[in-house]
Amino acid sequence: MSSLEQLTSAALDEIAAAASLAALDDVRVRLLGKKGALTEQLKSLGGLPATERRDAGARINASKEQLQTAIETRRASLEAAAIDARLAAERIDVSLPGRGEVRGGLHPVTQVRHRIESLFRRAGYDVATGPEIEDDFHNFEALNIPADHPARAMHDTFYFGDGSLLRTHTSPVQIRAMLKSQLPLAIIAPGRVYRCDYDLTHTPMFHQVEGLLVDEGVSFANLKATLHQFMEAFFERDLSMRLRPSYFPFTEPSAEVDISCVFCGGAGCRVCKHTGWLEVAGCGMVHPNVFKACDIDSERYSGFAFGFGIERLTMLRYGVNDLRLFFDNDLRFLAQFHAG
Amino acid sequence: MKVSLGWLAEFVSIPWSARELGDRLTMSGFELESLAAAAPEFGDVVVASIVSVQPVPYSDRLQVCRVTVRADDAVGELQVVCGAANARAGLRTALARVGATLPRDVVIKSARVRGVESQGMLCSAQELGLLDSSDGILELPADSPLGMPLRQYLRADDSIIELNVTPNRGDAMSMVGVAREVAAMQGFALLAPVQAAVTSAATDVKYTVTRREVAACPRFVSRVIRRVSNRGATPIEIRERLRRAGVRSISPIVDVTNYVLLEYGQPMHAYDLAKLQGPIEVRLARPREPFTLLDGRDVELDPDMLVIADAAGPIGLAGVMGGARTAVSAATTDVLFEVAYFSPQAIAGRGRRLGLVTDASQRFERGVDPAGQLRATERATQLLLAITGGEAGPVQIDASVDHLPQRKPISLRRARLAMLLGRSVADAQVVKTLESLGMAVMAVADGWQVQAPSWRFDLSIEADLIEEVARVVGYDQFEEASPRGARALGQLPEAASSEREALQLLAARGYQEVITFAFVDPALQTQLFPDLAAPVLANPIASDLAAMRVSLWPGLLAVARENQRRQHERVRIVELGAGFRKSGATVTETELISGLGVGPRLPEQWGSGPGATVDFFDTKADVMALLASTGDLAGFEFRPASVACLHPGRTAEILRHGRRVGLVGELHPRLARELDITGSPILFELEIQPALKRRLAAFAEISRFPSVRRDLAVVVDENVALSALRERVVLSASSLLREFLVFDLYRGPGIETGRKSIALGLIFQEKTRTLTDADADNAMAAIRADLSAALGATFRE
Repeated sequence: MSSLEQLTSAALDEIAAAASLAALDDVRVRLLGKKGALTEQLKSLGGLPATERRDAGARINASKEQLQTAIETRRASLEAAAIDARLAAERIDVSLPGRGEVRGGLHPVTQVRHRIESLFRRAGYDVATGPEIEDDFHNFEALNIPADHPARAMHDTFYFGDGSLLRTHTSPVQIRAMLKSQLPLAIIAPGRVYRCDYDLTHTPMFHQVEGLLVDEGVSFANLKATLHQFMEAFFERDLSMRLRPSYFPFTEPSAEVDISCVFCGGAGCRVCKHTGWLEVAGCGMVHPNVFKACDIDSERYSGFAFGFGIERLTMLRYGVNDLRLFFDNDLRFLAQFHAG
Repeated sequence: MKVSLGWLAEFVSIPWSARELGDRLTMSGFELESLAAAAPEFGDVVVASIVSVQPVPYSDRLQVCRVTVRADDAVGELQVVCGAANARAGLRTALARVGATLPRDVVIKSARVRGVESQGMLCSAQELGLLDSSDGILELPADSPLGMPLRQYLRADDSIIELNVTPNRGDAMSMVGVAREVAAMQGFALLAPVQAAVTSAATDVKYTVTRREVAACPRFVSRVIRRVSNRGATPIEIRERLRRAGVRSISPIVDVTNYVLLEYGQPMHAYDLAKLQGPIEVRLARPREPFTLLDGRDVELDPDMLVIADAAGPIGLAGVMGGARTAVSAATTDVLFEVAYFSPQAIAGRGRRLGLVTDASQRFERGVDPAGQLRATERATQLLLAITGGEAGPVQIDASVDHLPQRKPISLRRARLAMLLGRSVADAQVVKTLESLGMAVMAVADGWQVQAPSWRFDLSIEADLIEEVARVVGYDQFEEASPRGARALGQLPEAASSEREALQLLAARGYQEVITFAFVDPALQTQLFPDLAAPVLANPIASDLAAMRVSLWPGLLAVARENQRRQHERVRIVELGAGFRKSGATVTETELISGLGVGPRLPEQWGSGPGATVDFFDTKADVMALLASTGDLAGFEFRPASVACLHPGRTAEILRHGRRVGLVGELHPRLARELDITGSPILFELEIQPALKRRLAAFAEISRFPSVRRDLAVVVDENVALSALRERVVLSASSLLREFLVFDLYRGPGIETGRKSIALGLIFQEKTRTLTDADADNAMAAIRADLSAALGATFRE
């Protein structure tokens, strides 16, 4: 075996044995560096006769290439091992919780209010608002509820010393909208309302949504369709709906709106008091006296109005069993609605 | 209103079960609130007569009664021990025989009481489940048939339906009124019950009545009845009917007036004639006129209250309640009946003002049939004479027909009916429906002319008739149809603040929205905001919910405290709602968004040690995130401010282009202690409209040339605010300065006490060329010179 062959063979063993990238680099320098063994051999070619020189050069270069390849291969393998080792060392427990702030959330009543607004916006309704401290005209007179009318007893009103009052419903927003807007008019008016009543099923402040559509040719059939579509869209299911004749001074005809119980499907349960029906809204065709108070020609225009309690719909939607929870603001209760 | 079906059936046929009738009434506007049996289950209780009574030896109140259930049958006598004081020989009463079952699963057994055998029980109304309480055993009339099952005798297998009568339907607050509806549901009109006149026996007995208020009292019918006895018992049938209607039996005279009220819906009153002083008049009360009500309460009357008065003062608050002075008693022998028509406007609200809602006032303020006074007078007379005997005087009618309500004809147009309901209704059905409700209908070219009956106060315009048709035909008979056509696009102002987005942004930053009452404890509010006036409720639900909130902070602080009590160390809450302020007579209502943070800066978690608590700057960052959504962050400024409820050194007012739009600061530590709040809550509040209104984005060219950054550590006195420093830098750096950063704030070794080092990063850039070092050096030199001169600044290298 020639000395080159011996050198190459020994070098290949060394490369294979190099345990680290640094050791491998040492080997590379010793073989292929400026003063490396193979480099020295190349330098020594000059001392050979010309006839041998070409042959020897070719052999030395072949060895050099062989060694370079071996070094690269070994390097790749050592690098891969180093990455593997690092990855193994860097393993984490991905089941540990993330860090930083956690999400808060919106009050369930607000979430439902937003949902109602979105549904009606899709049908072309605008969202209207009005003041919570109202005067007698907007809250009562213009809604066809004159002073001392027995219907005022249906509204336990909070008064201020100067005769102004906390609105008992969001219906005054109807009046404000009709007084200032162009016809046709389609609005919903969500907001806080106040009644002087505080027990298991009443809080002195709660939230209502009032709806109003005024146009030529608006009918009771339109009212029924709108409410039924809303109820089915809100609860995302098929529901039966019925209108029961009732009385509101500002609508004629007037009706209470019942839907088939969303808990028992109408079979009868505790929530629907075994009637199969849930009362969810009041509604009717706008009373001509209301149009008159708003300077609207009731011969040309007709309209419907409806109103419902947001808390009531929220309770039915999520199965909340106590109205007062909404105003206790217990963070454990509110956190149950964080999806929104 | 409670309706006994047995009583109702005297006026109208009922082809339905009680449940079905209730459901049908519900669907025609009279909501069924409850359905109950007239009497609970009891069995083998019969009418019996007490033959004799002996005291039980060694007992104070027990008696041995010999009882029979058959006339002239000494053999069938039973022996029953009874403790009731009214058990007496000759009394007919209710006997529960051995083996009988009573309500609450009581079974009667034969027993020995004090060594005396007892073969059954004599029953009280309470023991039979007829009344909640009763005094003694049931007293039945002397002619009640012995041995007859009591259920049969009392017609106890009856149902009571309770209906919710809406305020527009005063006409339905009686048996006759409900019967009219039940008849209409079957397609026919109820015939008015016939009431024969009672012949007057003592034609000379009259009482002078002067109506001074003819419009408020268009008709006043009166009648004197003499030589009655008010000591006896009202017949059991009447008492049972009153009981089923929820009215207590008082005395024959009072029971008769209540019976007529329930039957015909006509309230009436009986005065003890002997107690009247001189002629009576119908007049308005005098200011603060004193009056003692039937229930013994002393009230002062207002001058818009109508009274019936004699020479000595008021004897009745018209249409509401009679007075104590002239009330009938057991000793009464002569009475004066008052059967009046008062106009609803004269009665409405008056009783309520005195805390009185009576059967009479409820009917008068809704409207009593103006044609019904005579009939009711005759009915009451007939009933009273039959019970108590006596002699009726002539009916005395004092009326001014012109003041009675006039029912004008109402036009109902076929086309309007079809348009409003969404479909037409056959002519014959319209006519039949209206006629079944007692209306007179006349066909005209485009529809009908309709005359409403005297008892209907709620029918005056076309829409009222359309409702009647729809209601009786049935709301379910009208199909649904979507409103026609698309409407014009509405407006969507881009600059409008979005409350929804503001809440969602804060929710993403860890805040929970809460909703609190808009009225708060005035004491707490004054403690927080001694300088602000709030509108105050005249009739609050409680004294600690009496003042309208001037800020949302009182509510938020209460929520924070309650949740700390529930062991929530970390509270981050936000609320959106109106604040109310009063200035002189003017009340302003402003939509606010407010927040509170207290406790650890971050939720407890691994990988970071015990963290800092929320401070001013954490909350300021949340506020700035909100303000940034306006696209106008540069327009805002935070300036030290003084607010009573906040820490004097940790409070900023938030200005937008110079106008105050909000506050942020730490709760005053004194208040935190007084309000029992742990830690130091940071509060903020923004007026939504001015603070969050958006600026529309406007494009500006982006410089393509590189920027140059120079850092500068400026040492200034503690009292120099960063805003002042920034203002000087911006002034002296000319237009080259693009960005101004603060990357460190240092106090300590190397810096004199009373001074601080602020490390600034200043970034320079030109739009049209690459800056040279010389440009930046010149700018820095100008800044240094200015800061030295203006703020006494030194510089750390």
